[in-house]
Amino acid sequence: MKSLSTPYNSAHHKFAVFTACSTFVLIIAGALVTSNDAGLSVPDWPTSFGSIYKIPHLVGGVKFEHTHRMIAQFVGLLTIIIAIWTWRTERRRWMKYLGIAALGTVIAQGILGGLTVLFYLPPPISSAHAALAQTFFCIAVCIALFTGPRWVEEVPRVEADAGKPSLITLTLLSIFVLYVQLIVGAMFRHHGMSWWPHVVNAPMVAVVLTWTSIRALFLYSRIEAIRRPAVIMLALLIAQLCLGFLAFVTRVAWGHDAVQPELPMVISTVAHVAVGALLLATAVVLAIQVWRHVPIAFEESIPVRSRDPVTA
Amino acid sequence: MGHNTYKKGDVMTTKKWAAMRGLLSFLALALLLGCSKKENTSEEQATSPAKEAKTASAPIDPATAATVSGTVTFGGAVPKPQKIDMSQDQACKGNNVSETIVADSGKLANVFVYVKDGLGDRTFDVPKEPVTLDQKGCQYHPHVLGVMTGQNIEIKNDDPTTHNIHPTPKDNREWNESQPPKAAALEKSFAREEIMLPVKCNQHPWMKMYMSVVKSPFFAVTGADGKYEIKGLPPGDYTLAFVQEKLGAQEQKVTLAAKDSKTVDIAFKQ
Repeated sequence: MKSLSTPYNSAHHKFAVFTACSTFVLIIAGALVTSNDAGLSVPDWPTSFGSIYKIPHLVGGVKFEHTHRMIAQFVGLLTIIIAIWTWRTERRRWMKYLGIAALGTVIAQGILGGLTVLFYLPPPISSAHAALAQTFFCIAVCIALFTGPRWVEEVPRVEADAGKPSLITLTLLSIFVLYVQLIVGAMFRHHGMSWWPHVVNAPMVAVVLTWTSIRALFLYSRIEAIRRPAVIMLALLIAQLCLGFLAFVTRVAWGHDAVQPELPMVISTVAHVAVGALLLATAVVLAIQVWRHVPIAFEESIPVRSRDPVTA
Repeated sequence: MGHNTYKKGDVMTTKKWAAMRGLLSFLALALLLGCSKKENTSEEQATSPAKEAKTASAPIDPATAATVSGTVTFGGAVPKPQKIDMSQDQACKGNNVSETIVADSGKLANVFVYVKDGLGDRTFDVPKEPVTLDQKGCQYHPHVLGVMTGQNIEIKNDDPTTHNIHPTPKDNREWNESQPPKAAALEKSFAREEIMLPVKCNQHPWMKMYMSVVKSPFFAVTGADGKYEIKGLPPGDYTLAFVQEKLGAQEQKVTLAAKDSKTVDIAFKQ
């Protein structure tokens, strides 16, 4: 990545940050739909009650479902703008492709959202919709990161990583266990799986993420780009474990016989989804920063003859 | 050797072609059969009531018809009905308690009772009159409804708000339609037998009811007094099934002689 080959564009970066923030709001809106059992309150798609533009009476489940659709359309528009903007102004070719990838992901996400309505919330499609939402959020966060002044203007401070397993391996493992947790959690939320795979995987997530954060903080705390996401990841992990416990108590233990979604159930599950999205995005940012600042040290085996001093 | 001479390779090619043609024909035939089978299935679903009406068994002699009736009770302390919070839609001004277990003085309402076994291959005419499902006060009336396969269900909305009716069957086709206030009644039916098929409204998540779709007219739903009555049964040995949405199902065998009037009571426990 030739970081210095592109000038910092403040407006572009701010727009990317705004897109990422809007995506986070969209994830909360989507979680509200599921937690309020409102997924099919608007029975048609891509229209809403037969209309593309008319806003229906926002009561009951329609309030959550249609608001989610409106925010999704807004984020779709933002993504189109950022993809075009990136394509036109960026000198880094991979950034242009990242903008296009964001656009492709948001289109796929919209189609999955539609399919889940048209096929009456089949668990695999609804879970794919939930997982792709967080993937898109990570892409939006990455665009914001790569267009930021620190990434564009600063020369990265590089330190070799000689640890085993390497820190980049640990960060990638963190992303992997988080994805597994996201998928089994989404399957449980959409009635496609029992709760126990999500609960059983939680300690695994906790161990891997703690190991990754602690290793990053112990060895590379002087590199701010690593220290910051590592601290945030640890804090978010603690919050997420508490929220997971709350969500389990309110939904599984107390709420299994509830006649309707209750407020504590809705708040805890939505917060659990939101913090989960932040945690995944933070793990991705940490992995990128580790890749940038702490490359793996390769032991080169140089042939004996080559080690001989060259006489001028 | 002229044009009638074939080399070994030529013969192999011809054989391969023949095999290929055979395979393609087989695939085309399978595809055709698959498509026609699908069409038949949907046709069968659409016309099943009429077919059943044509092939209905010999009529039951009213002079020998028997009746089974009884009371369904709930043993133990009746759980306090859960309160429903209807505040998310100001147009909802209904009875704000759940109907999961309705037991007044131990008499259990909303239990679906039907003849599960004993009717053999006997078929029955589907009633021309529809059964009605009403949405009033943001609740379904009745909470449990029995209907015959292919019988029309008239779904009305008497509320000043929009509802969506969303059955979530296992064996029938799923659908989800919205119904604004004062809209014309929806006419629906189910093609296959299914007991306690859940129906819900995604706009008002507390709105739930159950439809039981059966092939015979011998079913009933217990009233507020826990009582049921099934009339017109031909003499025979039967298995009665009692199904409650939360408490599950129980079965009871009964033998009915001509003109019999038997009582079968049953108790549910939590």
